[in-house]
Amino acid sequence: MTALTLGFDLLLAAGLVWLGWQALFLPRRFAAVVHFMAFNLLMALVWVRLEAPDIALAEAAIGAGVTGALLLTALGRLPSAAAVGSHPQQWHRYWRYPAIFAACVGAGWLAWGVQRLPRPGLAAEVTAELDATGVSHAVTAVLLNIRALDTLLEVAVMLGAVMLVWSLGPALRPFAPATSLPGLPALSRLLHPLFLLVPTYLLWRGAHAPGGAFPAGAVLGAGGILLLLADRVGWMQQPRFKTLLRLLLVAGLALFLAVGLGGLLLTGTFLAIPQALAKSAILAVEVATALSIALMLMALYLYGEPGR
Amino acid sequence: MSLYYAVVAALLCGMAVIGLFRTDDLLRRILALNVLASATFLLLVTLARTDSGIDPVPHVMVLTGIVVAVSTTAAALGLTIRAHERRREESQ
Repeated sequence: MTALTLGFDLLLAAGLVWLGWQALFLPRRFAAVVHFMAFNLLMALVWVRLEAPDIALAEAAIGAGVTGALLLTALGRLPSAAAVGSHPQQWHRYWRYPAIFAACVGAGWLAWGVQRLPRPGLAAEVTAELDATGVSHAVTAVLLNIRALDTLLEVAVMLGAVMLVWSLGPALRPFAPATSLPGLPALSRLLHPLFLLVPTYLLWRGAHAPGGAFPAGAVLGAGGILLLLADRVGWMQQPRFKTLLRLLLVAGLALFLAVGLGGLLLTGTFLAIPQALAKSAILAVEVATALSIALMLMALYLYGEPGR
Repeated sequence: MSLYYAVVAALLCGMAVIGLFRTDDLLRRILALNVLASATFLLLVTLARTDSGIDPVPHVMVLTGIVVAVSTTAAALGLTIRAHERRREESQ
């Protein structure tokens, strides 16, 4: 058994390094992007090996799915690799080797330093506080109760990115593969129930097992991007849904802030959730955050403000 | 096992830094930054395995980090696309 897992680990690490190398140094951009997507899929397997299933779920949906779709769309919009400035730059002859040598020394130093870092860890402290948080899964507890401020700010960062992308101009005219690929609408119709079922299950599971708002939002957002590709979400482009779309985008952040301010009123501390209300408050925040994350991923994929 | 993956993460960090400074293509720089982010996440998660069990705090940091990484990637790609379109309009 140990020989088998050791072999698997070796294979995984070798694949990871090889795909990373291909993603970084292949001359063709398209090949580099595809290798990067495969790199992220292997990364999801590594998370499973390191016993981080929450991260594996989010990585598989966001790293391999959404980031890949974003990169491929950008690739179609940018000039081909033959254009100026896309070839690896010719370095100054004398600086190339010192620079590579410095990077190698830095990596070696990092590998050496990591082995001797102290690892105090907060596992015991989190387990001691777990009963007071309203959920029984440690990652969800830290995410939405113990370190809720980090999550609140992270949702704000994502909203900021959406605002930046939308302020750049109107949404790029989506290349609608639906016309050239008639199978795509049929596929999205077939997969759509699954894209609703899986996030709902993940969301419900989040309170006691790996899952929760982030993986659910990521899967839902990936499904939403498939719908955008199949040209089936026309309502996002229509002016009369403009307010609704914006309200849904800020729903997660708004509810989070409301819970935080409610905690300030009830207990005197920002984001302190009273134990009696914790379970329902966390569930409400999780649903709103998952919806907002899914919509924000779709909004980012538009690369501009829809309906302008 | 976590130390073994920490070495892989360090190796990926070094490769990503070389890739980041070797190219002047913006899309490839964004790719290199993403590889660097993945390597950092790997390093954090390997540090989460302590003697007293698995520490959930680095896991949460990585989970939020992945979402922030995709947001910044989208913002950077959006800026790259607009910059390219502007340059093409000006040259016409």
